[in-house]
Amino acid sequence: MRRAVLILVPYLWLLALFLVPFLIVLKISLSDTAIAIPPYTPTLDFSAGWQGIREFFSELDFENFIFLTEDDLYWKAYLSSLKIAVVATFLTLLVGYPMAYGMANAAEHWRPTLMMLIILPFWTSFLIRVYSWMGILSTEGYLNQFLMGIGVISEPLVILNTNIAVYIGIVYTYLPFMILPIYSALERLDGSLLEAAEDLGCSRLSAFWLVTIPLSKGGIIAGCFLVFIPTLGEFVIPSLLGGSETLMIGKVLWEEFFNNRDWPVASAVAVILLLILIIPIVLFQRNEQKQREAEG
Amino acid sequence: MRRLTWFNTTSLTLGFVFLYLPMVILIIFSFNESKLVTVWAGFSTKWYGEVIRNEAFLSAAWVTLRVAVVSSTIATVLGTMAAYVLVRAGRFKGRTLFSGMIYAPLVMPEVITGLSLLLLFIGIGLDRGIFTIILAHTTFSMCYVSVVVSSRLVSFDQSLEEAALDLGCTPMESFRLVTLPIIAPAVISGWLLAFTLSLDDLVIASFTAGPSATTLPIKIWSSIRLGVSPEINALSTLMIGVVTVGVITASIISKRATLRQQAEERAADQP
Repeated sequence: MRRAVLILVPYLWLLALFLVPFLIVLKISLSDTAIAIPPYTPTLDFSAGWQGIREFFSELDFENFIFLTEDDLYWKAYLSSLKIAVVATFLTLLVGYPMAYGMANAAEHWRPTLMMLIILPFWTSFLIRVYSWMGILSTEGYLNQFLMGIGVISEPLVILNTNIAVYIGIVYTYLPFMILPIYSALERLDGSLLEAAEDLGCSRLSAFWLVTIPLSKGGIIAGCFLVFIPTLGEFVIPSLLGGSETLMIGKVLWEEFFNNRDWPVASAVAVILLLILIIPIVLFQRNEQKQREAEG
Repeated sequence: MRRLTWFNTTSLTLGFVFLYLPMVILIIFSFNESKLVTVWAGFSTKWYGEVIRNEAFLSAAWVTLRVAVVSSTIATVLGTMAAYVLVRAGRFKGRTLFSGMIYAPLVMPEVITGLSLLLLFIGIGLDRGIFTIILAHTTFSMCYVSVVVSSRLVSFDQSLEEAALDLGCTPMESFRLVTLPIIAPAVISGWLLAFTLSLDDLVIASFTAGPSATTLPIKIWSSIRLGVSPEINALSTLMIGVVTVGVITASIISKRATLRQQAEERAADQP
């Protein structure tokens, strides 16, 4: 009895506020836009009984999805989100790996402090962290002032409102997600393996390529997915740091909903985004599973 | 093999400069006299005065705080229950769906979570305001809580609970006297995580807030879209300050607790 209550309370909560809302999105993505409140049709009318329910289902169609394939804005937005997410993940790995490596090789008593310094930005507001780059990257910003001050450039660089600013913003905000899994993989690494490799004639660099990188592969994969998955649907960074050339699907969905008030198309955009996300999520789960098996 | 070479020192130094310099610049320029944010015109705290006198910021901060306290508390209760169900309740009908619903919100893009909840609230005719933001925040943060708590539940020795039951505890007493004290650190960090997630959230709150309730991130968002402003710099500095003090205090408290626990264990080991 008590067990049933324990299961039912969180279960019903999630059903009502996670699964049902998602089913509603699915349903509206199959509806038509209408000038009404709510701005779509058909609406389910239970008072009409079975007749009403049957009519409701017969009016659903895939028109919005067909619309998404016909208008290249959406195609381009999905492709450009994928491109931005892939490039940004790679850049985050380039910045994050050396840091994780440095942390794992730091003296034992230093590591908790370093760890704290990595996690601390994670607790401060995401919005503020993105915002802090606006003052740095703008044409009159601190970076341009500095570079012109030391005479490297004579004309200010245009960085804010371009994709470069978006990459900087993503690397900056998602860096902890990359560093932490790689660090925990590197920390477990058995130093005697590297000694053995060097004894057997490896140079330090080839020992790094042949021993360290393969043994931290699980951490690298986990870190890449932890950056890639949220980046794909990112909204705040492209809106604040990106410009008109920055096309990301999270931003398109937001504008479709708030500016164009086209709920059915916004819902269809959301459904496709989720379908795309399923692939990396499944791969990520599989990687985690493999890690657990390897450990235990 | 553990040695700090020049390479490691350089990459750590550059990395931390990259992580912290933007915030340091923001904090320095919050004390700038000039309205022009990129030109230094002398030290002043006037923008802090502006922030404190700004009614809109204050009422938004109050809304944000109420939402965060209520939603993280409900989320902690629900999330702990969910974690207990996942780890201890064994098999039941629909378990796969249940664990799927726990993990899915963690990877769900915020725009989709926000959109779907808004469509639900409109569908059932619920007026949007503080209450709907609380419902939305509770739902996604309970999943984070349950992940944190279940990792602790998995790792502790289940025979302790069985011993309590054998010695005549009811399941409820065994939970209260044995399980809860052991998982307490995880429950507290789950609450803190839920609390910060709620304070921080812009996207889901924007969808579920409606015109009657504005949270601080929504307020900040609408003013930074127009560009950098010294007032927002001051407000950001205040927020960074509160978080830094909070995180450092929490880590000191948890370190002391660990040390005390170790001391007690040592004392218990002595004959």
